[in-house]
Amino acid sequence: MTSTASTPGTAGTPGTAAAPRTFAQKALERASGESGLAPGRIVDAYPDLYMSHTASWRCIRTLERMGADRLYDPDRVAMVMDHISPAMNAKTAADHRLCREFADRMGIKNFFDVNAGIAHIVLMENGLVRPGQFIIGTDSHSTIYGALGAFGTGVGFSEITAAWVTGKLWVKVPESVRIEIDGELPVGSYAKDVMLKLIGDLGADGLTYCSAEFTGSYVTSRSVSERMTFCNLAMEMGAKNAYVAPDATTLAYLHDEAGVPADGYEVLLPDEGAVYRDVVRLDGSALTPQIAVPHTVDNVVGVAEVSGTRLDQVFIGSCANAKYDDLAIAAEVLAGHKVARGVRLVVTPASSAVMAKASATGVLATLIEAGAMITNAGCGACAGNGGAMADGEATLSTANRNFQGRMGSYESRIYLGSPATAAASAITGVITDPAEVLAQAPRSAAAGSAGPGRPEGAAS
Amino acid sequence: MTTAPETRVGGKTITFGDDVNTDVIIPGRYLVSIDPVELAEHAFEPLGPEVQKELKASRVVVAGRNFGCGSAREQAASCLTGAGVRAVVATSFSRVFFRNAINTGLVAVECPQAVDALAAAGGRGEMWVDYDQGTVETAGGTFGFAPYPQGLREILQDGGLIPHLMRSFAQEGTVR
Repeated sequence: MTSTASTPGTAGTPGTAAAPRTFAQKALERASGESGLAPGRIVDAYPDLYMSHTASWRCIRTLERMGADRLYDPDRVAMVMDHISPAMNAKTAADHRLCREFADRMGIKNFFDVNAGIAHIVLMENGLVRPGQFIIGTDSHSTIYGALGAFGTGVGFSEITAAWVTGKLWVKVPESVRIEIDGELPVGSYAKDVMLKLIGDLGADGLTYCSAEFTGSYVTSRSVSERMTFCNLAMEMGAKNAYVAPDATTLAYLHDEAGVPADGYEVLLPDEGAVYRDVVRLDGSALTPQIAVPHTVDNVVGVAEVSGTRLDQVFIGSCANAKYDDLAIAAEVLAGHKVARGVRLVVTPASSAVMAKASATGVLATLIEAGAMITNAGCGACAGNGGAMADGEATLSTANRNFQGRMGSYESRIYLGSPATAAASAITGVITDPAEVLAQAPRSAAAGSAGPGRPEGAAS
Repeated sequence: MTTAPETRVGGKTITFGDDVNTDVIIPGRYLVSIDPVELAEHAFEPLGPEVQKELKASRVVVAGRNFGCGSAREQAASCLTGAGVRAVVATSFSRVFFRNAINTGLVAVECPQAVDALAAAGGRGEMWVDYDQGTVETAGGTFGFAPYPQGLREILQDGGLIPHLMRSFAQEGTVR
């Protein structure tokens, strides 16, 4: 269904009543200093933050090749050693050392070492992502920064290097698509299922070059963590950036968890009457758990269609679904159960802060008692760093990609689902609807048998 | 730098379908390298040695919708350059792949008509792109495409973003 927003004739003329603008228009006007930017315009924009992950060494080598040794603004540089952590061989150890020494030499304060976790989550937890900002990162899932009302987008390492030196890059102002999600989800379905459903419906290029604005009663009732899942997975439809309008939930996160002062940012909201390419509506109350089957993320089916598929491994990790509440949901499902014989359950917390909280609340103990293997925080198996599969094996993963060969053998298969589906499937050893496990053992009873009780912050 | 850059590139084609992702183009395990020639050894490895052999004998990658979807890895573009590919002509690109292609000096053109024409002609043969003229020539005809904005054309002419910046710094006499 397409929107019918009004478009007054004097679009963006300074001094007159400006045309209503989307979030993306406002964010890029702020970052470029220009006004009246219509979709399709190409402008030079100045990012507030340049994130580089394990690719940082590539940027440093590129900087050396340029013969440049001055940065536009070291305070806008953030480096996180997440994709390969800890180092797996001498080459990657040398790459990490190069980054450490470079950060020291250049006075880069925002350097996060191999212990920190996944860049996106770490930057948000540390108050480096703020509403209204324009952020680029050497990672396609930089769309996730929209969870806090920022414009985040992925670029290659040459572009980050160029921004280090010049402070800017060219950007095309995107068209926007509004995604309205309403209704309460049935038991067993979560934010991940909503996104897989959308990806299946719209396709892997359904939002290419677009700014995806998420709204609706379901979205606005969700935590920042779940908003991260929405904005992260928007990338799997080709989105340039994603966005949830900052509200009281956002501001509470910024203040209480990220330590951002209230005067440290500018909230940008879309105008009433702004023009959208499309409006997509989804009724959450009709949802069932969804699975992306090999080898593309938009190859999505209801869990019933693939339930019973044998698994060799279950991976709970990635910037899509390894935040505290994701681990808590998994623990809730696994409490009092054991992982099926012959199945390895690998849990990789998104950040060291997530890991510490999960340790303090007993979530980690519940997972370990069930038979899970907890790794250090980071990208882990999603980036092919551990958790590999042999020929013919299958993994159910909470990550955001199921591309051929991403986790080991080119002859292995990756299925994507929610943390609850992952946990339920780890118990049975086959793809399983989590509602079945949750129904079997009433939540209070399951929690009671597992010592620490129902994890704080688990599924609402 | 003084000779006029070649804006017409092309030759033998290799064709792919829709949604070819970055992990298939260059698997994550090889991102420890940024050398295009080294990376080219592993380009399209998941699809097997026959495809890899054909790639190395080709100059133009022809693909359907959403070529290069997935990761922001720049090596998805540079591994093709390393394999001798001069241009990618697709029905459409993922946005990060498109940026990475231009930034590494790889001509990337959206021209669904040319993709369809080559398919109609049996899917094999040559294709030539002139990014200055904005044309794609292949069996079955010559097709136009929306020309690049000037800024992008300059990046391509200089062989990519980094050489382009180095050249502009040299011209400005900027010491950085």
